[in-house]
Formats: sequence, C-alpha cells, structure tokens
Amino acid sequence: MPRTFYDEMHGSDGAVRPHYQAVADWLAATPPVRIAQKREEADRAFHRLGITFAVTGEESGTERLIPFDLVPRIIAAAEWATLERGLVQRVRALNAFLDDIYHDQRILEGGPVPAERILGNTQYRAEMRGVEVPGRIYAHVAGVDVVRAGEGEFYVLEDNLRVPSGVSYMLENRKMMMRLLPELFAALSVRPVQHYPDVLLDNLRGVSPERDDPTVAVMTPGPWNSAYFEHTFLAQQMGVELVEGQDLFVRDDNVYMKTTKGPERVHVIYRRVDDDFLDPRAFRPDSMLGVPGLFQAYRAGRVTLANAIGTGVADDKSIYPYVPEMIRFYLAEDPILHNVPTFQCYKPAERAHVLERLDQLVVKETHGAGGYGMLVGPASTQAERDAFRARIQADPDKYIAQPTLALSTCPTFVEAGVAPRHVDLRPYVLSGKSVNVVPGGLTRVALRQGSLVVNSSQGGGTKDTWVLSD
Amino acid sequence: MLSRTASDLYWIGRHVERAENTARLLDVTYRTSMLPYHQQEPGLAWAEPWAVPLVSCGLATGFYAKHKALAAENVLRYMILDASNPSSIWSSLRAARESGRAVRGAMTSEMYEDLNSAWLEMRTIDFAGVQARGISEFLEWVKMRSHQFRGVTVGTMLRDEAYSFLRLGTHLERADNTARILDTKYHILLPSAADVGGAVDYYQWASLLQSVSGFESYRRIYSDVISPRRVAELLVLRADMPRSLHACMNLIDDILRELCDDRSRELERMSGELHARLHYGRTDDIMRFGLHEYLMDFLLRVGAVGSEVSRRFLVPMA
Repeated sequence: MPRTFYDEMHGSDGAVRPHYQAVADWLAATPPVRIAQKREEADRAFHRLGITFAVTGEESGTERLIPFDLVPRIIAAAEWATLERGLVQRVRALNAFLDDIYHDQRILEGGPVPAERILGNTQYRAEMRGVEVPGRIYAHVAGVDVVRAGEGEFYVLEDNLRVPSGVSYMLENRKMMMRLLPELFAALSVRPVQHYPDVLLDNLRGVSPERDDPTVAVMTPGPWNSAYFEHTFLAQQMGVELVEGQDLFVRDDNVYMKTTKGPERVHVIYRRVDDDFLDPRAFRPDSMLGVPGLFQAYRAGRVTLANAIGTGVADDKSIYPYVPEMIRFYLAEDPILHNVPTFQCYKPAERAHVLERLDQLVVKETHGAGGYGMLVGPASTQAERDAFRARIQADPDKYIAQPTLALSTCPTFVEAGVAPRHVDLRPYVLSGKSVNVVPGGLTRVALRQGSLVVNSSQGGGTKDTWVLSD
Repeated sequence: MLSRTASDLYWIGRHVERAENTARLLDVTYRTSMLPYHQQEPGLAWAEPWAVPLVSCGLATGFYAKHKALAAENVLRYMILDASNPSSIWSSLRAARESGRAVRGAMTSEMYEDLNSAWLEMRTIDFAGVQARGISEFLEWVKMRSHQFRGVTVGTMLRDEAYSFLRLGTHLERADNTARILDTKYHILLPSAADVGGAVDYYQWASLLQSVSGFESYRRIYSDVISPRRVAELLVLRADMPRSLHACMNLIDDILRELCDDRSRELERMSGELHARLHYGRTDDIMRFGLHEYLMDFLLRVGAVGSEVSRRFLVPMA
C-alpha cells in the first residue's frame, strides 16, 4: 500500500510551497557540476576543521564526517511560532515534573502518572530527593526530537533531557551554508542561530550558587567520546575551560580546577558526562571519568550541574506517554504538540496488541537511545521479529511500541540527483530565567531511500535548518 | 589555566618543533652522506653518517631493535614514518594534532586547522610517497609545515598564558635540538690534523649551517671562510641568531620570569643561571672546555629546566 508523506517543499498539488520558492529556483538554475563542487568543498572544509564524530563500537580513534546535505530544511514563520510555543510549554512542564518528583510528589497523589512508573524507574535518583537546585531548573538544555507527519503536524518523538548533543552541527552547518550559498541568504530572511552559546552561557551563569562573577566550565568524558568535538566547540564558543574529571577535585565541598596558578574554584559545570559516571563515590565506583565528592558538593549547593542529576526519569520512554498529562497537571494548559500514540508493553492488553502487530510497529527499549536496540516492524525480517517477541515477553517493562510515523520528506542530494528523503528535527530548548528556543535546530536526514532512521550512528546525515522571519 | 591544557600546549610546541628539527637533522645527514669523502677514503675515522641522527637523538637502541643494517632507507623510515619511534616525524605530528584536539578551545581555529591538515597529509604518506616526492623535498615540506604553524600562532593567538606555554615548549625543544645538531659534527668526524680546515671539513660545516638555516647569516656576519669556532659562536652565543642556544634561552627565561611565582623560584633560578652562562659566555672558553663537552653539559641543564617546568606547571608525564 503506497503511503503518502508530508513533503516539506511541495504541496499536495505538486506546487512549490512559498517559503521554498527561492531554494527551488536555485536548484533549477544551478548546474549539477556546480552543486557537486559545493558539496566537495563542504566535505573538505568539515574534514580540515575536524568536525567529526567517533563511532561507538569502532576502533577507538576512528573519526567520521556526518554527511552534510546542501538543501536546507526550511520552516515558515507561522509553523515555527507554533512549534516554539509547544516546545517551551513542554519543557516548562518537564522541569516542573522533575522539581515535583524530587520534592513534594504532588503528581503521585492520585495524579495521572502511576507512582511505581516513576519511583521504580532505574533513572529515578532517590539521592536527589530534597536537593535544592537553583531556579528549580533541572533540564537547562533539552534537545527535543520532533517530526512532522500527516498534514504536517508536529509530533514529539523524544524529550532528550540528559546530555543532548548535536547543537555544534546546527551552528557549523549554518556557518558552512553562509559560506557556500550566500546568495540564498540574501534572497531569504533566515533567522540567525549563532547566539546560542551566548544564551547558554548567560543561563549557566544565572544558575550559579554565587552571584559574583561565577566560573563556568564544560565537563567532557574526554577525546574519545563521540561528541568530543562538540564539547571543545561549546567551551571555546563560551570562552570557558573544557575540563575532564581528572582536572577537578573537591575540598571542603567546593569544586576546584587544577590550574597552572594552583586551585581555582568552579561554580557551574555544564557537564556532558552521564549521571552514572559523575562521582565514583556516589554513583558507579568504577568510573574513571568522574570527580570523587562532586555529588556531595552539589547537594551542599556549592556547585551547580547542568543538566541536573536525575533528569533521565523525565525523558525515559516509559514516562513519555504521560507528558501531555503533565502539561495539563502543572500548567493547566492543553498540549500544543502531539505525542506519538504509545503502547506500553508492561500493560497486558497493550502488550498483546503489540505482539500481534510487530510487522507494523516500531518497538523501542525504554532506556535506549541513538537508534540502537529498536525494531522497525515494516522493514524487519521474521527472524528479527521473533527475537523481539521473545525479548518483550521476557521483559515487558523494558519496551514500548509506536506506529511507524509517516515522517515528512525534504529534497536531498543523492547519487541520482535530488530526491525526497525523510527528516526529523532537533531544536534546542534552553531554560534559565526564561525558556528560549534558538530559531533553528539540527535536521537529520535518512539518506537511504525509504529509510526512517535518521541517527548519524545509522548512516543519517544533517541539513541546515532555516527558520524564516516572515 | 588548566594544568592539563598548559601541558597539551607545551607539548604541541615541542612536537611541532621536534618534527622540524628531525627534518633538519635528517637533511644535514642526507647532505653529508652525499659528500664524496667516505667513498674515496673509507675507514678514515669516519663515523657512518646515517648513525649520526640516531646517536645524537639517543635512538640507536630503538632503531636496532627493528632494523639490522644501518642503511639510509632504514634510518629514514625509522626517523620519518615509524609509529613506534616516539620522535619520528610521523609520531611528532600525530602527537601535536592529538594534543591540539584536546585543547582546541585554547587556540585559534586557524591553528587547529593547520595542525589538523598537516596530520591529515602526513597520514597519507608512506615511504614510496616520500621517495616519489624526493627526500629533500619531503623534509622541506615538514619544515614548511612547522613554519606555517608558527606563523599562524604568532599571527593569530592571544598573548596569554596559553601562548606562553606553547612558546616555552617550542624554545625548550629548539634549544635541545640545536645543541644536538651542532654536536653531530663531533660524531661525524674525528679528524686527522690534515683534514681540519680542508675541503671536506668545509662542506661538513657548511651543510650543518644550512640545516639550521645559518649559512647565509654566517656569510653576512663574518664574510669569511667557515671556521668551527665561529660556527660555535653563531649557534651558541649569538643572541641575534634565532636558533642559537642564547636566543632560545632569552625567550625561555623571559617567559619563565613571567610565569614563575613563589612556588617556582627554583625553576626561575635554574633558567636564570643557564641564561647567564650564555649571556656572559665567551667563545674561547667554550672551545677550551671542548665544544662537545660544553654541549653535553648544556643538554643536561636544559633538560633539567624542562623537567622542572613539568613538575611545577604541567601534568607530570605518567
């Protein structure tokens, strides 16, 4: 059965949507050779700049370029306005939820989310109960994955509230496009994104435990982490130190960096290290990446961690189905963005439904990420489905299932020329004194024909995302 | 600044400079090996020229663990491309780039791009590639990459602590390497009296000078035949010769006086003492003492300054 997909560039009548007209003209007017040159130029520049990522499971030190596609993904002003309001609403509710479950737990008193789903979740950090965090902000940075389906409605796929990555590609892709295709920027009014690091730094300074000229640092697991480029990039853009666990130590509940002039106090750590590895004394004792005593310093309110510890419970796939309820509960508003209908395999009736329709659904691990450990039903083999059936039956708590969404498509350069490929979008939502979304995001594109998996670890590419001001 | 960042910057400086000086050392060896002398009169107290870079860098043991014969190709392979030789040009450029990746936030993006592109090119070169390009041409490329990185550094980098540590690494390495290159003459030839001042001697000194870009300067300053005494003066004592020991120590001492605080007075003293020996030294005294002995003593002292820098400011080597 042929399915129809929302085409970002063309209306159902085949006509070019107005906000894509300038790009359509450019595509029509530019000879393929010229375009090929631009693409090679982009690849060379990304290599020279060292904008690469390391692939999990490959020999350490293997660096790859994420394929970059020249055709921008364009979002019209009105569409963005809706999306932005929806994202802000969602992240406000999620922060309120995190504050609540680590303090009063109002939502558990007959609220919409079953208590055992939260308190029994492996991502719930009981240690965080009663810990005061500045401004009651837990998710300072959220990378919310959004797709468009149906008639172009926005659906949230995942709220990434732990250490979401990819924002450096948003910024570098923009820089590259301005270099390669200045004529398009002249023809369209594309809203800028380059102030992202300033907003981030301002927010981070704003949550310091001390008002007076706080010191901010970015904390990385180290050069072999797949997102290391981004960590160095953000530290450089914000003009702050990039530290590893070995560069920090805790004395009298204060955190210090080891510097050439002796110890220097650190007030805010934008950490890109998972909760488990932050402090071998509090969490995983085998962690070589962390700082002994960091959690105690954090509890004592001497240092702020962004994001806070324990945010994973709010972006867990088993909590995801309840986010619309959270929005109603905490904000007394109707959700602006759609959730994808989700079957929770721990519920017997829903499990039975899922097991009958494995060939139609997407099955995901509740704690999984990065496109690993998932079954895309329509593209699966009988053997794969059998394996998942056994896994779901053995451990139903660990799985959810969703219908395969008809992800929207965007024109993309492929071997044979320009063809539609499926895309998603990760805008970055920053919470500080206010909640802000920099107008843009990372558009990921599934480069294989028909593929719905956009993750860079699974062969996806990226596009620059243009939000128009009118 | 973070001790680890300072450490990485310091080692970027050292490794880029080491790659350049290894190229210079191989260049002087290559030039010397082409001189006709040892073909005509074999066994006349000549050291085999290809042993010189190994001996002067303390790499002979490592070399003989991998190669049986002291052949030009083997030495070139070992000194240029061997990943197991931590001082090879390949290893130096890789280490510089890895450190650069770890601290790219502390330098300008042009600097990182430069380090990265040097490494990306080095990575594609094998021995056949070196030969196809020509040995001298390849060594020239290495020198040019180093010049370029230094130029980008001087031209774009903020004059902060990061800059100081990078330059400190560069000049400690250069001081060490110039002393080693100058000392090669000692290893090349144990001259019979008749040879001193003869044609062979002249060419050896000339190629040594060329390898440290000192030939033209020598001519300009002395306008005279090349004498060992003057070469020593040029490369040890002259402050206006940028690769001389004195010039290096001027920079090192300046940087350290700025960086040192009450925790590091001993380092300041060591550097000041070594600097004073060059600042107030006399060529006659050096020659009387013996140039080789003088250089050995210098290498010990400059090595001690390097160790103390690590101990005071950097992340000590594991």
